[in-house]
Amino acid sequence: MTDATAPSTTESILTSTARDWSSDVTTFKGVPWGKAMMWIFLVSDTFIFTCFLVSYMTVRMTVTDPWPNPSEVFALAIPNELFGWQFLESPIPVPLLLIAIMTFVLISSSGTMAMAVNMGYQRNKKGVVLLMSATALLGFTFVAMQGYEWSKLIFEEEVAPWNNPMGAAQFGSFFFMVTGFHGLHVSAGVIYLAIIAYRVGRGHYDKTNFEIVEITGLYWHFVDLVWVFIFALFYLW
Amino acid sequence: MATAEIPYQETVPLHHPKTWLGKYVFSQDHKVIAVQYGITAMAVGLVALVLSWLMRIQIAFPGFLEGFGADEYLSSITMHGMIMVIYLLTAFLLGAFGNFCVPLMCGARDMVFPFVNMLSYWVYLISVLVLLVVYPLMLFTDIQATGAGWTLYPPQTITAGTPGADWGIVLMLASLAIFIVAFTMGGLNYITTILQARTRGMTLMRMPLTVWGIFIATFLGLIAFPALFVSAVMMLLDRLIGTSFFMPAIVSLGQKLEYSGGQPLLFQHLFWFFGHPEVYIVALPAFGVVSDLISVHARKNIFGYRMMVWAIVAIGILSLIVWAHHMYVAGMHPAFGFFFATTTLIIAVPTAIKVYNWTLTLWRANIKLTVPMLFALSFVLTFIMGGITGLFLGNVIIDIPLSDTYFVVAHFHMVMGVSPILAIFGGIYHWYPKLTGRMLNDTVGKIHFYFTFVGTYVIYFPMHYLGFVGVPRRYYETALGGHFPDWYPVSAHHLNIFITIAALIVGAAQMLFIYNLVHSYFKGKKASDNPWGANSLEWRTPQTPPSHGNWDERLPTVHRWAYDFGVPGHDTDHIPQDVPRKESA
Repeated sequence: MTDATAPSTTESILTSTARDWSSDVTTFKGVPWGKAMMWIFLVSDTFIFTCFLVSYMTVRMTVTDPWPNPSEVFALAIPNELFGWQFLESPIPVPLLLIAIMTFVLISSSGTMAMAVNMGYQRNKKGVVLLMSATALLGFTFVAMQGYEWSKLIFEEEVAPWNNPMGAAQFGSFFFMVTGFHGLHVSAGVIYLAIIAYRVGRGHYDKTNFEIVEITGLYWHFVDLVWVFIFALFYLW
Repeated sequence: MATAEIPYQETVPLHHPKTWLGKYVFSQDHKVIAVQYGITAMAVGLVALVLSWLMRIQIAFPGFLEGFGADEYLSSITMHGMIMVIYLLTAFLLGAFGNFCVPLMCGARDMVFPFVNMLSYWVYLISVLVLLVVYPLMLFTDIQATGAGWTLYPPQTITAGTPGADWGIVLMLASLAIFIVAFTMGGLNYITTILQARTRGMTLMRMPLTVWGIFIATFLGLIAFPALFVSAVMMLLDRLIGTSFFMPAIVSLGQKLEYSGGQPLLFQHLFWFFGHPEVYIVALPAFGVVSDLISVHARKNIFGYRMMVWAIVAIGILSLIVWAHHMYVAGMHPAFGFFFATTTLIIAVPTAIKVYNWTLTLWRANIKLTVPMLFALSFVLTFIMGGITGLFLGNVIIDIPLSDTYFVVAHFHMVMGVSPILAIFGGIYHWYPKLTGRMLNDTVGKIHFYFTFVGTYVIYFPMHYLGFVGVPRRYYETALGGHFPDWYPVSAHHLNIFITIAALIVGAAQMLFIYNLVHSYFKGKKASDNPWGANSLEWRTPQTPPSHGNWDERLPTVHRWAYDFGVPGHDTDHIPQDVPRKESA
């Protein structure tokens, strides 16, 4: 970037924004194509999740059959014994325990991702590979726990997308569809992270500023952000 | 205004394929992809044209077509609508014009991610194949194309009795979902190219209006298509694994179905949240193309360029909050009708700005009645016609009696069926010389124009009358047992025969256009670099047709807007965008 386009410290954001939008060549100064494209894709993807969640809210508010109590459905019991060692009188069911752990894991992965982006700017390839791998691992853990949650719902509670012994069938339909769609996003993200981490390690991006790490990070943070809404609307409502 | 920023595309080499396959089939060149999109869209459009012939023959001469029963009629209605709206108009205006115009008019070498752009076409082709595979299947199996109407309203779409309720609808929804993936890959490219890959001096407010139209339309597509995607996924689940998103408890053919508790209205909201912006996804690029055509062929700058841009932006934003005017009779809360009627009528303001500006551009202009200009002018007329009937339908109280009559058919064919088609024709006649290096035949073009333009009015004008009389749309047969019902005037049937004959002739006249395209490609008059004397950058490429990469080593530098025609005190009648300003100016 030349000095002519560098923002001066004295002008307001409004002035510099207006200047960028009225300038030639690029509207977002210093933003690589891939990053701009990822942002625009995320806007589009936001609308997909918004449509899913608004549909869910609409149906949930109008459905006549009872809606299961999420605190009970998603409760996880702390076992009273481990490997024959009994440390509690009886198992303690804790509402939302599993989902709390899952959310913690996913939010932590956003933290490691942010650190990876920072390492990218410092051109610390080893740090990038390590932290991106950690992010992918946390993401994988999330998907694995989601698989456990799904199997618990399917086999123990006998909830299916078309059937729900506790009330409205739409509970299962929306739960599996929306968390499934989000889970696909996370899985795709894990693969994406793994590929980019591998390529960073192989020196594929040495001639660039490692923007690719930030672009991957954008996607990952988006997937995490979506989870916050799914968490609030499915588990806390 | 110009900064010292170097366009990134000047610094990176373009990948040049060596093989024939890489140059012309799996090409990453935006111009080849545009042609691929265009040819595929036209081919699939011809299928839809034949379907409309079949339907018209059935309406005018019931029983004339052997084996064209009610099921085939209903599935033809559905396929005709869906093909025309999505696989022809959207694909042509954004896939073909978008690909061809955006990099050339912005002064870019190519789209920012040519590989993704190529994938966009091939995924689009897959969606077309998934859509059309139903026809061979209809011949050899008992699978039927879906007959739910292009709006695909549940619950009838997937309950027994509707043609294709078992597998036809699955193919349709799958094809739509695939199309949306293709569109997203293309659309991300158009927007990123326009925002981040313009050439020196090309500010947003110097872009030709075609690019503005494509830009806002693509943006609308990226936020409206998700609603269609979501509704397609949900209906597929309803159909395939028995969820009840859209399906209420329902008795079908005396049997209570497994469904319960779903919301049919939810689908309508999702569908029209896509469906209404879709009208403007198709209309905005057409607006842009027509603005450029009118300015170039009237040798006068477009009147109120800035207002034209802001009108496009305003229409784009407003189009997102009017969707439920398609649902006045659906049983939603009446207060919604008030809200959506209000927002709908507000859209008339920016639209009127555009129409007045086109008219004022023509005022005292040096109008050249070339074929592209004829089509552009006919677009304005037809769009005004369709827009005015839109005022009728936008008002709840007038809409209710007119709902589901031929008035609606006439309205949307005028405003979003024929108008964009006229703009597409105009655009093809305008850009063909740059694309192929040859001119289209003028005489054949004019014959094609008069058949199409006059034909439009001959076909759709009487339909307004049919609608007022109360003739319902989508009826396979009005005369049950050979007798028309009492309320049905025989003159309406005579009018239907008239419309059918006109439709057959106008449809056949389109073959002239295809003949012209093919014949001129080989035998047409050689085109000069800038046959229309236009100013925008696509006419300033070093080669005609432009080579891969469009420009020489250095991208062109833009010094002015694209509408400097007949500037006083200048020796030429037009000044292209890359001509520097004089010191005094």
